[in-house]
Amino acid sequence: MQSGKIEEIWTLLGSVPDPEIPVISVVELGVIRDVKFINHEYVISVTPTYSGCPAIKTFQDDITTQLSQNNINNFRIEIVYSPAWTTEWMSSETKEKLRKYGISPPEKIAQCPQCSSTRVESISEFGATACKSLYKCSDCLEPFEHFKCI
Amino acid sequence: MQDLEQYTLRIADTSLILAQRLSEWCSKGPTLEEDIALSNISLDLFGQANGLLEYVSTLNGEKSADEIAFKRNEREFFNLQICEQDNGHFGDTIIRQFLCDCYFKLFYQKLANSKDERLSAIANKSLKEVVYHLRHSSNWVVRLGDGTKKSNEKIQEALNKIWKFTGEFFEMDKLDQKMLKNKIGVNSSNIKKEWDSIVNKTLNTAKLNRPKDGYMMTGSKKGLHTEYLGKILAQMQYLPRAYPNAKW
Repeated sequence: MQSGKIEEIWTLLGSVPDPEIPVISVVELGVIRDVKFINHEYVISVTPTYSGCPAIKTFQDDITTQLSQNNINNFRIEIVYSPAWTTEWMSSETKEKLRKYGISPPEKIAQCPQCSSTRVESISEFGATACKSLYKCSDCLEPFEHFKCI
Repeated sequence: MQDLEQYTLRIADTSLILAQRLSEWCSKGPTLEEDIALSNISLDLFGQANGLLEYVSTLNGEKSADEIAFKRNEREFFNLQICEQDNGHFGDTIIRQFLCDCYFKLFYQKLANSKDERLSAIANKSLKEVVYHLRHSSNWVVRLGDGTKKSNEKIQEALNKIWKFTGEFFEMDKLDQKMLKNKIGVNSSNIKKEWDSIVNKTLNTAKLNRPKDGYMMTGSKKGLHTEYLGKILAQMQYLPRAYPNAKW
């Protein structure tokens, strides 16, 4: 057994999309915390975004499928809670992808992803998924989702 | 049952029962946004309960988290009694949530310093979520309290009715003392001052009167509950009990 596949695993995980926001990968979302080789197997540490986020199960299934399809079978997925997931781990490239997809990225000031206006009003602090809230643009009047900062 | 297991179970049960209660709002919220909000808060609490129950299961070594949630009877549950109280109208739910959110915030702030790594990690994660919940419930307390004459009356009445369940937040029994001494648990009587200050400030803004402490309910640490818990469990546990091998 050798541990030379860590980089390959990171690359493969980089092509597993987030189940709710398919334009970004689970790596870009920041839920993959570590890939290590311990006792003849790869250990992939995954952290939930929100405690109750139902997507965590899908993450695990999708990662398993992706790795086994690429002939990597000696791995296990471990759920870690610490450090708690934060939107600060998201890169500016990832935030740009969210904006293009129509979601206002996790920044203190919500900005309309359609017309870039910051004249926006909060409709609801909770949205269709645990990680988003609902806004409406006061200029172009389009409703949009804002990724909450946590 | 060992001490740490029992201590963790109490925290887990409080989240689990409140989550179950809030989930009853799903599809019945007063507006679509609030329906989603209450369901989201419920989901966060279910997630917190799950993390804690997984830990209880590890400590227990025999029962799975699901078995612990679904195969215990009323007297084996240790959630705070406030969590099991009826949803009532929207104001009743909001005031219950607000009082609990204040408590959760302070409790998890302290538990985050626990010497037990797993509890500390769960507390840190939960803290981020409950702070958000508190913002939501506080906003509503103010909006309803400082709203119309009728909304003020209704939420004041809701507050008066639930007040007697707030004493349990700050109780310290032998197990709590022991966990505190081991630097694992929280000194709940110490958080009262801060809880009072957050609650008083919000009630003041909301033009609501803080009820006087009168007879205060107690007993959940010994597994004693109000009539509501049995009905919640009947609903929550029906399926896994009626169809023990059901998969979904």
